[in-house]
Amino acid sequence: MKRFALLLDQLAYESQRNEKIRLLTTHFQEVPDPDRGYALAALTGTLDIAHAKPALLRGLIEERVDPVLFRMSYDYVGDMAETISLLWPDGDGDDAGLSLSEMITALNATSKAHMPARIANWLSALDTTGRWALIKLMTGGLRIGVSARLAKTAVAKLGALKINDIEEVWTGLEPPYESLFAWAEGAGAKPAIDRAAPFRPVMLAHPLDEKDQEKLEASDFLAEWKWDGIRVQAAGDGDTKRLYSRTGEDISHSFPDVLDAIQFEGAIDGELLIVREGTVAPFADLQKRLNRKRVTGALMESHPAGIIAYDLLLDGAHDLRPLPFEERRRRLEGWYQRNASDRFMLSTLVPFDTWDDLAAQRTAPADTGIEGLMLKRRDSIYEPGRPKGPWFKWKRDPYLIDAVLMRAQRGHGKRSSYYSDYTFGVWDDGVLVPVGKAYFGFTDEELKKIDKFVRERTVDRYGPVREVVHEPDDGLVLEVAFEGLNESTRHKSGVAMRFPRISQLRWDKPPHEADTIETLRALLPKS
Amino acid sequence: MVHPSEILRPTDAGLYCPPGDFYVDPVRAVDRAVITHGHGDHARAGHSHVLATQETLAIMAERYGEDFAGNVQPAALNETISHNGVDISLHPAGHVLGSAQAAITYKGCRLVVSGDYKRRADATCARFEPVACDVFITEATFGLPVFRHPDDADEIAKLLQSLKTFPDRPHLVGAYALGKAQRVLTLIRAAGYDDPIYYHGAVAKLNALYQRHGIDLGTLIPVAEVEPETLNGKIIIAPPSALSDRWSRRTENPVTAFASGWMRVRARARQRGVSLPLIISDHADWDELTTTIEELHPEEVWVTHGREDALVHWAHSKGMNAQPLSIVGYDDDADE
Repeated sequence: MKRFALLLDQLAYESQRNEKIRLLTTHFQEVPDPDRGYALAALTGTLDIAHAKPALLRGLIEERVDPVLFRMSYDYVGDMAETISLLWPDGDGDDAGLSLSEMITALNATSKAHMPARIANWLSALDTTGRWALIKLMTGGLRIGVSARLAKTAVAKLGALKINDIEEVWTGLEPPYESLFAWAEGAGAKPAIDRAAPFRPVMLAHPLDEKDQEKLEASDFLAEWKWDGIRVQAAGDGDTKRLYSRTGEDISHSFPDVLDAIQFEGAIDGELLIVREGTVAPFADLQKRLNRKRVTGALMESHPAGIIAYDLLLDGAHDLRPLPFEERRRRLEGWYQRNASDRFMLSTLVPFDTWDDLAAQRTAPADTGIEGLMLKRRDSIYEPGRPKGPWFKWKRDPYLIDAVLMRAQRGHGKRSSYYSDYTFGVWDDGVLVPVGKAYFGFTDEELKKIDKFVRERTVDRYGPVREVVHEPDDGLVLEVAFEGLNESTRHKSGVAMRFPRISQLRWDKPPHEADTIETLRALLPKS
Repeated sequence: MVHPSEILRPTDAGLYCPPGDFYVDPVRAVDRAVITHGHGDHARAGHSHVLATQETLAIMAERYGEDFAGNVQPAALNETISHNGVDISLHPAGHVLGSAQAAITYKGCRLVVSGDYKRRADATCARFEPVACDVFITEATFGLPVFRHPDDADEIAKLLQSLKTFPDRPHLVGAYALGKAQRVLTLIRAAGYDDPIYYHGAVAKLNALYQRHGIDLGTLIPVAEVEPETLNGKIIIAPPSALSDRWSRRTENPVTAFASGWMRVRARARQRGVSLPLIISDHADWDELTTTIEELHPEEVWVTHGREDALVHWAHSKGMNAQPLSIVGYDDDADE
């Protein structure tokens, strides 16, 4: 447990991705099975552990510490696990040397009635960091800035595997993942997938560099619309039906409506969207259905989900991935003949003869839910990962507005000495209203210049935030690029940008020439 | 008997003693001031007359220039000075070099102003001595039970361990320029680390002052005098404000450490972008605050700057007579 607590502690303080991976890989190298497997399970959210309710923990601490002092401390610290770990009196409980797996096993074997005494005993045995880690484990959700994908990447780095290799087998595995570690270290065979309807790692595209396009032959490619939803895989296998995200996370529970509609054997690759009577709804509608443990009938009624099918990976038991895209496409059309429904639509091909021809269509997509084009080589096999060459995404040009820098905040990690997070606004009846935040898009040189501007032109400070000058004739205009706009009740301006970033610094432009809120509102999807 | 509030009372300028007509650690310029220690929020420039330890006077002169006060009166520790019928004596507080508690006795009633203090050993200053009193006026910077400072040697071990784990990265240690920086240096030396330690210009003068007072800090080199690559795998002492300032960019991919009692709480460390928190404080932690009060067992406890409410609540729960004393003007010591 001590070793695992130390890992969590270090991860919580580390802000750089590469250093986090290094800490994780080192942990997996140094810690034997099954402990490292349970650590991986904890980090990827697959750990089965008895949960402790906050009320139970609060009861335990209030038996030991004056409740008023506990409350004052909790108000100050702001995190229950941390407050209790700091306040708990050092003692000499038993089992201080228990490993992570021994603790988990013992916890899961403890009856509800004995749970408080067991937890109290361990909290006394552990040090501050150990207590914090144990409470984090038992209250669910570590929240230490490590995604499941990052943890899997660290496993891949134990040997010569790629993250996709791990994701391909992942859903068929269970803690403590001994076969996975053995495979990753080259000491064992690839784990057999004996799960029905397993995930198949997804093929991704590179952005199209328009300079490269000249070298590409238009007739080698097929084009289709790129929709603004989430990429999914729907699989049917006997009685088993599953829906996966593009990282292999099983999201079936959030979309029973789509799951019911899987009446085929095989696997398709497609885009999940909210579709009402054949019309695709804005991304914000889809967001309402994501990350839900359960979904109500009313929500499924008001926000019906569907899939636009891009590709057919498996037809019956027949693996189509080694076939050329053109052939898979032919079979996908056949599949669609048999499976067309409210839930399953077919991605339409965009006919074109020349790149210019296609470029013209790209500027006028048929639907606001389209974010550009996908170009796929006719002969491309379905290759997991992001191979260079076969597939390209050619996004619609971003929307651009001129906005005024209003506030800046320091960044994190390598950027902690720079003001690199910017809040910008546009004019609304003579007053600037904040419309978004951006923290990338600029070069290192530009960052230095904005940082200098922020430091020299600060007019007010609140905590870590600096307000900078933003008068009609004095201030910094930023050209902001973004992918789309949605209505928002959370933002004062009533709009929320998708994927905003700084595209240019307009030192030449006086703030009063920046855009107005009306310009933005005109870009909202019509509903 | 005279009531303690006739001997010391909070005013806008700070704690004031009417019979003696002087202030303790006034926050603005006054005629007569007793200064407990050299930190900027307690020791300000511009008083007509200052009574303090020799070391505190030296620190003030270093920071504000020789003419920081009209005239100065050095007091030896434990020496009693009478003024208008009030006896004043200074006693070690263990906070920083020269730091003292101020004991003020009038008509048989003694009040002790702790100033900032800590109980544990510190090679850079005399250790705290408890002084029996009727009223103890205590600081409460870390007046919450979550603040329990660990053994400082263990914290320094974390730093030295990190140097082994990341032998190619500079280790930037933020430490308050007066007191903390020098204490951290002595702790690192006590742990057997003999390499040169590099420093930010802002700690230069106070390092030199400590060295003049016979405190061995080992070999110190200003950062400005070396190439950035020299700093890889080395320790650099800088004031906390420099950690996230443009200055820090002269080091490549540093490990950022911060020596402070606040580092006990994760959110405080994260706020400052610290990846190696070192819980080293020059203030009493919760256990020190409460054991000191229990040990002195005064008639009354007055709680000044910091988290008064929790400490007052605790004292009441022990059946003691305690009250918060609102004095404005002291920092919450975010850089402590």
